[in-house]
Amino acid sequence: MLLMQFSAATADFPEIGTWQPEEIRAHIEFMRDTNDKLTATGELVEGQGLAGPDQVRIVRAGADGGPVVTEGPFPETKEFLAGYWIVDCETPQRAVEIAAGVSAAPGPGGRPLNMPIEVRPVMSAPPVEV
Amino acid sequence: MLTRRSGDFAAAEDAVQEALLAAFGQWPADGVPDNPRGWLIQVAHRRLVEQIRAEQARRRREDVVARREPVDRLAAPAADEEMLADRDDPLVLLFLCCHPALSPASAIALTLRAVGGLTTAEIARAFMVPEATMAQRISRAKQRIKTSGIPFRQPDAEDRVRRLGAVLHVLYLIFNEGHTRSAGPHLRQVELSTEAIRLARALHTLLPGDSEVTGLLALMLLTEARSPARTGPGGELISLADQDRRLWDAAAISEGIALVTHALPRGPVGQYQVQAAIAALHDEAPTADETDWPQILALYGVLERITDSPVVALNRAVAAAMVHGPAAGLEALATLADDPRLAGHHRLFAARAHLLEMAGDRPAAAEAYRAAAGRTTSLPERHYLVLRAARLAAG
Repeated sequence: MLLMQFSAATADFPEIGTWQPEEIRAHIEFMRDTNDKLTATGELVEGQGLAGPDQVRIVRAGADGGPVVTEGPFPETKEFLAGYWIVDCETPQRAVEIAAGVSAAPGPGGRPLNMPIEVRPVMSAPPVEV
Repeated sequence: MLTRRSGDFAAAEDAVQEALLAAFGQWPADGVPDNPRGWLIQVAHRRLVEQIRAEQARRRREDVVARREPVDRLAAPAADEEMLADRDDPLVLLFLCCHPALSPASAIALTLRAVGGLTTAEIARAFMVPEATMAQRISRAKQRIKTSGIPFRQPDAEDRVRRLGAVLHVLYLIFNEGHTRSAGPHLRQVELSTEAIRLARALHTLLPGDSEVTGLLALMLLTEARSPARTGPGGELISLADQDRRLWDAAAISEGIALVTHALPRGPVGQYQVQAAIAALHDEAPTADETDWPQILALYGVLERITDSPVVALNRAVAAAMVHGPAAGLEALATLADDPRLAGHHRLFAARAHLLEMAGDRPAAAEAYRAAAGRTTSLPERHYLVLRAARLAAG
């Protein structure tokens, strides 16, 4: 699983809303290409971009079990998940390689963003009889 | 041959696969027909006609002019002749699908599609990936076979053992996959294990004299026999020692035992037969305490010499503990800890935890269980390990 996850400390690029339209278009096209390539290599399981922090709602069950909703934004939240991919690949090295490709998505001026991408295994290995 | 009748390579290929599927379904039960090649061509031809009719109907509905696959890649008639003649042989198809040039994931997908006869959608569901992804994986595998120029024929005598080993490995991976998937957290996904057993059975029908093929089929049956007892009501993993043995499949056990008993003395002895023999010893024990650990220990010794696998060495250490006591097992594990192939591996910690628990060192055992839980990538196994740790801590 590849998590595109930022915090104020790790996202050393301006927020996407401040980019030029063609820069945003290039970024979107890059992400679409990435998904097409991963489908073509037979590795894509799932991928989603997530809505921004303004749309976050935090839900807890109340005393009666019903939802208690807190609306964002949450300035205290340090980490923010912008999107994720689940890839099914042959080796951990290959997952790292895909992550590096995603990390280099173009930003302002077409320069690679070199975003931090968190790579974690999905718990899907066969259990061993004990 | 079918290509010449219909002029459509892809459709002919599908039809041959359908016919081979029918052969795999019928031959083990009804016996191989007198003229297997003719039988296959006839069945394939019938399927091809069915396919063409279905395709024409679809086209009328959708009003789409489907374009035929170009036939020019079959321009050389001699090669075409040879290729299709060999394609009538399910064994050649298996050798091809499990070629060592393919990655395990590609080989698995191609084998299930071309030999197992599953649809791409079914395979995609079994592996929980989108159908488009699986379709690409299969077509890339086919492409890889084409570009690497692997011939459609039986491997040479000298290459045969290695290639058959690759086939058995792929079937075993499919079998193990069956214990993995199904919506992540759950343990058993009957379809893939059943499919692997079906393929191994068909292979055994084709090669009844091969002791390793027999060994693999026996191993699958003897392992699958225990699966009703492997999980508790909450989906949690139950260790072999704690399983309710009345839930084991007695018919599968006796068939597996008969197969491995038949194969072992004939040899040559290989890893699947030895693993099957170990599984048989577990399955034969009326209770966990009555397990014949001295013989299991000896068999792990044999297996270690055959495979040079650190995981086998690890199992052997556990068997040594069952025979000679936990101290002997822990000592064996300590020497294994230096093996770089096992460094940081969760099974090393899990085995150590188990033996420390046997030795009565509860705090150290709990710590080792937690260390193992943090390193496994199997969800049911992690649940099992944290539960063991929690039980010890609650003491």
